[in-house]
Amino acid sequence: MTLLALCYVTQDGIMAKRIVILGGGTGGTLSANRLRRLCPGNDVEIVVVDQNDDHVYQPGLLFVPFGLTHSTEIVRSRRHQLHKGIEFRLVPVERVDIQSDIVHLGDGTELSYDALVVASGSVLVEEETEGLTGPGWMEKVFTFYDVGGAAALHDALEGFDGGRLVVNVVDMPIKCPVAPLEFCFLADWFFQRVGIRDRVELTYVTPLDGAFTKPVAAKALAGLLEEKGVALVTEFNTGEVDGSAGRLISYDGREVGFDLAVVVPLHGGASYVARSPGLGDELGFVPVDEHTLQSMAKPNVFAIGDAAGVPTSKAGSVTHFEGEILVENVRRFLAGEPLDGSFDGHTNCFIETGFGKALLIDFNYDTEPLPGHFPTSVGLPLLKESRLNHLGKLMFQPLYWHSLLPGHDLPGVGTAMPTQGKHIQSVP
Amino acid sequence: MSSAIYGGTTVEVNDEGFFEDPGKWTEAMAPEIAKAQGIDVLTEHHWQVIKFMRAEYIEKGSGPTVRVLGKTSGVSIKELYQLFPKGPAKTAAKIAGIPKPRGCI
Ligand SMILES: Cc1cc2nc3c(=O)[nH]c(=O)nc-3n(C[C@H](O)[C@H](O)[C@H](O)COP(=O)(O)OP(=O)(O)OC[C@H]3O[C@@H](n4cnc5c(N)ncnc54)[C@H](O)[C@@H]3O)c2cc1C
Repeated sequence: MTLLALCYVTQDGIMAKRIVILGGGTGGTLSANRLRRLCPGNDVEIVVVDQNDDHVYQPGLLFVPFGLTHSTEIVRSRRHQLHKGIEFRLVPVERVDIQSDIVHLGDGTELSYDALVVASGSVLVEEETEGLTGPGWMEKVFTFYDVGGAAALHDALEGFDGGRLVVNVVDMPIKCPVAPLEFCFLADWFFQRVGIRDRVELTYVTPLDGAFTKPVAAKALAGLLEEKGVALVTEFNTGEVDGSAGRLISYDGREVGFDLAVVVPLHGGASYVARSPGLGDELGFVPVDEHTLQSMAKPNVFAIGDAAGVPTSKAGSVTHFEGEILVENVRRFLAGEPLDGSFDGHTNCFIETGFGKALLIDFNYDTEPLPGHFPTSVGLPLLKESRLNHLGKLMFQPLYWHSLLPGHDLPGVGTAMPTQGKHIQSVP
Repeated sequence: MSSAIYGGTTVEVNDEGFFEDPGKWTEAMAPEIAKAQGIDVLTEHHWQVIKFMRAEYIEKGSGPTVRVLGKTSGVSIKELYQLFPKGPAKTAAKIAGIPKPRGCI
């Protein structure tokens, strides 16, 4: 291919490079805004593609079923989160041809690129679990992982007058792996508030061998479940959801009965990834170098957020920390400079525990969540319930729209995981 | 860390019984490891999965999870559980002498 094919002539007659960003959610929006600031000249064109204009503040989905927020309060226009000088295309991605650097769009048009950022998140694949969307779906089997499900579950909880409520994670990976635990804690609070807690049996059913993946946090969270009277069923690989009889059935033949099931379905990458040879793995996530976020398959392809196949949580905080390194690497790639390999897998999650309290965990690729304080020894308590952490969780929503998406650093929170306030020596 | 003897050879295994050094594994060790996992006879189907696990580990640095195994090994998840009732990915990885598949976080 000639060099000319890689350049575009802008309206002012300047040869420009084009960065195409697939997905205008958390990662796509913050990358576009950061890149625009990093490359202010009109020699770089930035195009964001998304299939709809509804940007959902997904952490808010947890609160919808309990009537603590309404679905309309957590959705804004995607386009309006993008700064001036960024082009927004409202059209689904059909597939990507990574060999010829072309994105094929759902309206039949094509978009060529010099650098591609895959930021298309993850999708729920309910149909991969036998029976999940069969009889009982949206009647006594729900999910709160999308807007429609969370709103329908709100109605179901309002009408629930007692019985067995199970919360089930079908398999990892899922977005925000602590969200289903938070759901259990809030359900305990909710049923106490409406005065029927003694008539509700709460059970958390997980494929993991504990309440969470990392040992120290798993122990603390299992303790909280017990304290709140939530039974824990582990190593349960859900093979079938039988809505009419009200039971979850595992592949090894175990059963858990329910009157109301809250299921977190299997996740996969956006469906176009599977139609784009060489781009993704078996589940549709994009394998990238875990420190530079550059694709293993093609040097001009990068991935951020839930779409990226890196060994850390699929969370907005991770997406935010990745952002700074990703945009710098896209710039360096286009300038022919060596990449920055400093992404450390930093993850930071508030875990809502009900009654106006929350817990905070902070970890990275190498260090599991530890007790102590964040970001320094006088900061928020780690792995411990506190009112301050709950306020932190509430603060996150305005920060999301006004700092994180515009691509600003969060006050006091750096990209690399801090170790200063942590009790490193308390690891067994 | 502890050690185990398979096929007359002593190998280092971790607390959960996974090989510390996959390079020390030989096919001759597999039937004995399987017996300890409650699988008396390794059929052709078992071997198909064990070999697939090892090949994936050598190529990618981690054995696949059950879900990926169901999508890529040519054996469905239901059948995988019939072959390895105590958890296909974990048990097959142990018999194949590779580390526990890196679950997702
Ligand atoms: C219930 C719940 C609670 C959560 N709580 C927290 C929390 O407390 N803290 C936290 O840090 N994170 C939390 N998260 C996770 C967080 O929301 C995500 O990790 C984050 O939004 C990921 O950003 P992303 O850009 O990768 O994906 P998204 O923001 O999901 O964006 C992906 C975009 O790609 C678009 N797209 C997909 N396919 C196509 C296509 N074919 N064509 C065009 N566009 C396409 C989609 O429309 C979407 O806009 C939670 C998530 C859920 C579901």
